[in-house]
Amino acid sequence: MNAPVIEASPQKAMPTVPLLFIDSLSVSFGNQHVLRNVSLELTSGETLVILGESGCGKTVLLKTMIGLIKPSIGDVRFEDTSLASMTERQLAHLRTRYGFVFQGAALFDSATIADNIAFPLREHTQLDEDEITKIVTELVAEVGLPRVVLSKKPVELSGGMRKRAGLARALALDPHLVLYDEPTTGLDPIMSDVINELILRVHQRPETTNVVVTHDMTTAHKVADRIIMLYPLSRLKENESQIIFTGTPEELDISTDPRVRQFTEGKAGQRLNELREEQIENQSIFSANANDQENDHE
Amino acid sequence: MSSTVASQPENTADNVTGWFANRVADVGDMAVTMVAGIGDVTLFSLRTVGWLLARRQRRDVLMPSFYQIGVLSLPVIALTGLFIGMVLAVQSYAQFKALGLQTRLGSVINLSLVRELGPVLAATMLAGRVGSAMAAELGTMRVTEQIDALESMGANPIYYLVVPRFLGCLVLIPTLTIMADFMGVLGGYVYSHAILGIDYHHYWANSRAYIDAFDFLMGIFKSFFFGAAIALVSCHHGFHCDHGAQGVGRAATNAFVHSFVLILILDLFLGIGLNNLQDFIRPDGPRSLL
Repeated sequence: MNAPVIEASPQKAMPTVPLLFIDSLSVSFGNQHVLRNVSLELTSGETLVILGESGCGKTVLLKTMIGLIKPSIGDVRFEDTSLASMTERQLAHLRTRYGFVFQGAALFDSATIADNIAFPLREHTQLDEDEITKIVTELVAEVGLPRVVLSKKPVELSGGMRKRAGLARALALDPHLVLYDEPTTGLDPIMSDVINELILRVHQRPETTNVVVTHDMTTAHKVADRIIMLYPLSRLKENESQIIFTGTPEELDISTDPRVRQFTEGKAGQRLNELREEQIENQSIFSANANDQENDHE
Repeated sequence: MSSTVASQPENTADNVTGWFANRVADVGDMAVTMVAGIGDVTLFSLRTVGWLLARRQRRDVLMPSFYQIGVLSLPVIALTGLFIGMVLAVQSYAQFKALGLQTRLGSVINLSLVRELGPVLAATMLAGRVGSAMAAELGTMRVTEQIDALESMGANPIYYLVVPRFLGCLVLIPTLTIMADFMGVLGGYVYSHAILGIDYHHYWANSRAYIDAFDFLMGIFKSFFFGAAIALVSCHHGFHCDHGAQGVGRAATNAFVHSFVLILILDLFLGIGLNNLQDFIRPDGPRSLL
């Protein structure tokens, strides 16, 4: 595919500086704490998989990497420049070096697939419509979609097709860092493997780094150079790290940490009982609050 | 035993103090939420105006919003205007006839329409039709991460999603108000002439005598503010929509309710200000209908 011309060409990554550095990151939404003191380094060219059960903060971590969610504490640095120190314009320009594949594809409902994929090209390049059409057609072919989808609206496509169209849009500006939010969730095994193959192909592009958030072990084993596993903050002790595993897929298989083993083997163990206890605890808190309110009224 | 009896009044006093403390805390909480909300909408509005001035809108982004707001609202606004005019004729006729002033019906119908009812009822109708739709559309885009997708591609969602809708409302709601005024005047005349049998010459002669350009422009001037209020309040609700279908529904409902309340508040204060201006321009005051 021809690389589109960005208005102001960004600098290439320096080999000594990590592409992305997350420094002691904590994220809270009101009283709800999602991430606590998470530090992470991303080397140019690698594929990092972030594993973890639902609600442990994987997507929040992914969105802080691109500045969609601002950290409560800590810093995210892209090539040694803090995202927090950037102006809105600088951040917008930096994002041309990112590609983000959303869980539900997040294609614009009102636009055709062609317009969706062309959007970043129209926004950030001076290419004429013929060149944009050529790039869009190449991208659609690259992700294995027929040309006929170009004129269709997202609602007319299947889940797998939408995900691939989302990937095509994310690749439109030849990004250095591609972020995938649960790329295979909700897809059949064959389509999941198609997406995994596409992630591997993206990985083969020069200087392209991937971060894949998933709880699909097949995806993790197939695409990862390195895996980290996040654990829900609510079940951690005060001084425990939220990243409970870092290593290669092979190291993940032989991990002796019972929390890691429980996830990789997909066993509920005592989890159902824990969930029931949490539910009872929540109900008793709710009842106590209701009683307090009743007493207030009396 | 005696200690238990002695502690009862103390407990009652503690309960009363606690009850008051909770109520004060609730009021404080409400005040903080309200101030934070107003501040949030103000910042949102300033960012919208900033993007409106900073970068020219693309035609292909602007036109769909204009079509949605303007063209698709035309039938309902025409119908609203037509019926307001006719209802005004129905309601005013008996009173005017009792005074023997039925030929002056045109002046009161048209004056009410262009100064007050045309702009306010057109804006209310548009807050329901356009405002709720904008909030629901943007809310759905928020919930399905389409707004995040825009940001992740280095595009500004305010520029792409809010400014076109704001411009559409700002330009087209006054235009639609003119349409509502016209249809109202027409509806009032048709009913008065065809059903109530009022002579057309006196109807129009009295209308011309009691209404001037200021009355008409006053209504149009107010509708610019109504348009801006509908767009900003509705887009803000859509942008800050909670998750799920319930969140989208609540955003659409709140967009209408808050827009409507703001229209009424703006109408009052703009009405007072414009009346003072009219007194200043025309110190002899308006002609009495009697």
